[in-house]
Amino acid sequence: MSKLHIETTINGEPAEFLCDPHETLLSALRNGLGLTGTKEGCSTGDCGACSVIVDGRLVPACLVLAPEAEGRTITTIEGLSSGDALHPLQRKFLEHAALQCGVCTPGFIVAAAALLDAKPNPTEEETRFWLAGNLCRCTGYDKIIRAVLDTAAHIRESAV
Amino acid sequence: MATVHLPSGLTAFTGGVDSIDIDAARVPELIAELRHRFPQLSDHLDGMAVAIDGEIYQDPGYQPLRADSDVHLVPRIAGG
Amino acid sequence: MSTPREFKYVGTRPIRHDGVDKVTGRASYGADVAWPGMLHGAVLRSPHAHARIVSIDTSAAQATPGVKAVVTGSDFPETTAALALGEAAIDLRDISESMIARTKVLYHGHAVAAVAATTFDIAKEAAEKIKVVYEPLEPVTDIDRAIATDAPILHPTLKTKGAPAGAAGPTNVASRLELKRGDVDAGFAEADVIVEREFRTVMVHQGYIEPHACIARCGEDGRAVVWCTTQGPFVVRDASAAIVGLDPAHVKVIPSEIGGGFGGKIVVYLEPLAIVLSRKAQRPVKMVMSRDEVFRATGPTSGSKIRVKLGATRDGTLVAARAALWYEAGAYRGSPVGAGAMCALAAYKIPNFFIEAYDVVVNKPKVAAYRAPGSPMAAFAVESAVDEIARELNIDPIDLRLKNANREGDQAPYGPKYGPIGLEQLLETARRHPHWSAPLGANQGRGFAVGFWFNAGMNSSATVTLNADGSAAVVTGNPDIGGTRVAQALMVAEELAIPVERVRPGVGDTDGSGFTDVTGGSRVCYATGMAVIRAAEDARDQLAARAAKMWNVAPDAVTWQDGRAIPPPGTEKAEPLTVAEIAAKMTHTGGPIVGRASLYAPMAGPAFGVHICDLEVDSETGQSKVVRYTAFQDVGKAVHPSFVEGQMQGGAAQGIGWALNEEYIYNGDGVMENAGFLDYRMPVASDLPMIETVIVEVANPLHPYGVRGVGEVPIVPPLAAVANAMRDATGIRFTELPLSPPRVLAAIESATRVPVGA
Repeated sequence: MSKLHIETTINGEPAEFLCDPHETLLSALRNGLGLTGTKEGCSTGDCGACSVIVDGRLVPACLVLAPEAEGRTITTIEGLSSGDALHPLQRKFLEHAALQCGVCTPGFIVAAAALLDAKPNPTEEETRFWLAGNLCRCTGYDKIIRAVLDTAAHIRESAV
Repeated sequence: MATVHLPSGLTAFTGGVDSIDIDAARVPELIAELRHRFPQLSDHLDGMAVAIDGEIYQDPGYQPLRADSDVHLVPRIAGG
Repeated sequence: MSTPREFKYVGTRPIRHDGVDKVTGRASYGADVAWPGMLHGAVLRSPHAHARIVSIDTSAAQATPGVKAVVTGSDFPETTAALALGEAAIDLRDISESMIARTKVLYHGHAVAAVAATTFDIAKEAAEKIKVVYEPLEPVTDIDRAIATDAPILHPTLKTKGAPAGAAGPTNVASRLELKRGDVDAGFAEADVIVEREFRTVMVHQGYIEPHACIARCGEDGRAVVWCTTQGPFVVRDASAAIVGLDPAHVKVIPSEIGGGFGGKIVVYLEPLAIVLSRKAQRPVKMVMSRDEVFRATGPTSGSKIRVKLGATRDGTLVAARAALWYEAGAYRGSPVGAGAMCALAAYKIPNFFIEAYDVVVNKPKVAAYRAPGSPMAAFAVESAVDEIARELNIDPIDLRLKNANREGDQAPYGPKYGPIGLEQLLETARRHPHWSAPLGANQGRGFAVGFWFNAGMNSSATVTLNADGSAAVVTGNPDIGGTRVAQALMVAEELAIPVERVRPGVGDTDGSGFTDVTGGSRVCYATGMAVIRAAEDARDQLAARAAKMWNVAPDAVTWQDGRAIPPPGTEKAEPLTVAEIAAKMTHTGGPIVGRASLYAPMAGPAFGVHICDLEVDSETGQSKVVRYTAFQDVGKAVHPSFVEGQMQGGAAQGIGWALNEEYIYNGDGVMENAGFLDYRMPVASDLPMIETVIVEVANPLHPYGVRGVGEVPIVPPLAAVANAMRDATGIRFTELPLSPPRVLAAIESATRVPVGA
């Protein structure tokens, strides 16, 4: 079976790639497009390391078929900073030392960005449950949650 | 005179002796004397770390000993 | 190192130098790189937990279009060389055979062949065409079966090392260790209270989020380059060279960023396979494990059976202890049972004890190190028993431990005397902490436990290079798992008195860095840190000599103050010079300035931690939740406190998962049934509260700043802290982990409750 040609929008830019019909979006991003910021931890949708946003919805890229990207809008970790300015979440993760090995960090930041879009003022409990789909083995989550809550406060204050 | 202490599992090869005084300036000479006095112990000394006055060396190399050093043979362990 | 030192940079919390790359996804982990012309490797793994290999026919795979190389165990030379791997000499033959089977498969998932092809899908499909004929054998999947007199034998030539002379084979017990003090029977005769229990834990995995991954290329000249995720590039180099039959001088290993290790990435699983495939195909070969493969075919840690008998007099003095430990080694010998035996009683001054420890092979993957290997299980058993003693005697759990705690000058159970240690201080600090006296809510219980680990030393090298603008680069060979790069930059900044942003910390490959032992064993800030400090001092000495040259004075007449070289009094035309001013003239004064140091450090010295855990238990579902957790630890000196806190929190979370939910579930055929993150249930953010950390600093005299190491101790107390909290909440003493909801519910429904107030 020949490869499919897919046209999509990634991080605000038109993008295209060839893929096998059964290939995942995760594989297309990492192998076809060189967007290796999205990580592979399990390929069964259980760890969140491959979190991306497709048409405004937070999804694990390993559970999306690459052909499903056709005509859709995708945001990956690479799309969160603008120019040479980090996203507030990225800055806060650094300030709070909310990463150790860092491999889960892109997934967390994408997921947290989706949280703050949906709920600008989440409680600690809401934050923990929203991020329950992202596994971290290094931090015990403490500093990650602090970074996200601090970012939410910071964004709210900046908007005032 | 350094004093060498053996873990109880090794005393089967020393006729029950678990503490031996040996005059040696460095670890290799100490171990050689230990092997000389207790030939049956020889095969069981590989894989042991050496503690000298409280500091544990996984590989004791040529560490010097003081005149009254307290030496313990300790199983080697691995970290993760 | 008794004079407290005032630090300018050490102890601060700068942003880590590699941080932006990590939060943007730009950092390159093992699977993030592609080399031109590369092939993809796939592994064929055994469907049997125990079987003889009768024949392997790879012809169908080799004939598949797109397949460029196929290897089996016969492509690897026999080797019996031992290699100092981390702190223990491990028989390389075991590692090689565990990586790819020779005549027997000894665990479900044991590799039997590997294929390199132009795409991963082709490699995988071709691998499945390889015809392997097995003669299945009865698998042994638990300790009791393995030590039974009629047990199937994994290794016919295995003899029990350390057994009394003349012990009859064949056996699945690879070694026996004994530690003894005083007269245990006389000790128990004096005891007013005796607690005797048998505890069990099961196999668990380190759970690093990044699977093993590597790319290797091997040329016609037998020279290989390997890119891989590892805790030890030099281990990969030396082990791969020995396993494949290459000269290590012809192998270069480049460590990628590492997505978690915890001891599980100290061994090689893929790299030798990739090298041999590449040598056959004459193209680079990339291999990435699936999560399923990570669970089945890497190195989890041992399940255990531990019998503990503890005796105390009425006033709470521990007078006797007996312990027997059996740990699963997996398919090849080498569980951490020896360390478990040495750690079990490390906290307490007990005049009479007898400990025996057995290393038992079973048809499961060969275990690898997991954060303080061997200690968490032993602490689960002993700290649970200590908790029982406290309850029987109606003595506060912390008071009981204070009464028996080892202090400086006391003898460790494994022989030597303790130097300065922080156990007493930790216990006092915990007792005064608000958590210990906070009221508990309904269905909540509180548990306390102590943990101990040795913290390693070993080989480390470092170079500190000055740039003409006065900035510096520090390079070591230790991959950065959790902030060691920025800690090393802080040390250089401190020694050279230059801002930490002007220090560039790097992780070298095996060509660019002096030999170093692994990142692990809680050793990087201690031993590699020592090398970094000495290298910076060496650089500073060279800077002083250059200043002396410029002033025309003797080098030893130059002093340093506040980051500047000071000329001896009375020197003409001489003003103090900064590092930048001296470095700017390097070329004129003798050439580049490169400070270097390499050392072999003794073990850092004993390290203790104590944890308080509050658990809330739902008696209708058996589910429990940690509602408050405080970790106290003596780290000697916290170089970058945020990352020290991070180690304490991360280790605590792993221990909580080990206590509450994590387990390898095996069926009767020795096949793991939950080899994925859905059913191998690690803690998620909604399972945990904030984890408070209290850092205690009892300086380690062996290190210039007092660093003791931090990484491993935090996983040791949680198993017992959680189990003791469960006892407090439910009245039931659980002696088997994990405390998963079905198990807790069954016990609640059938147990006779201990009357309230007992």
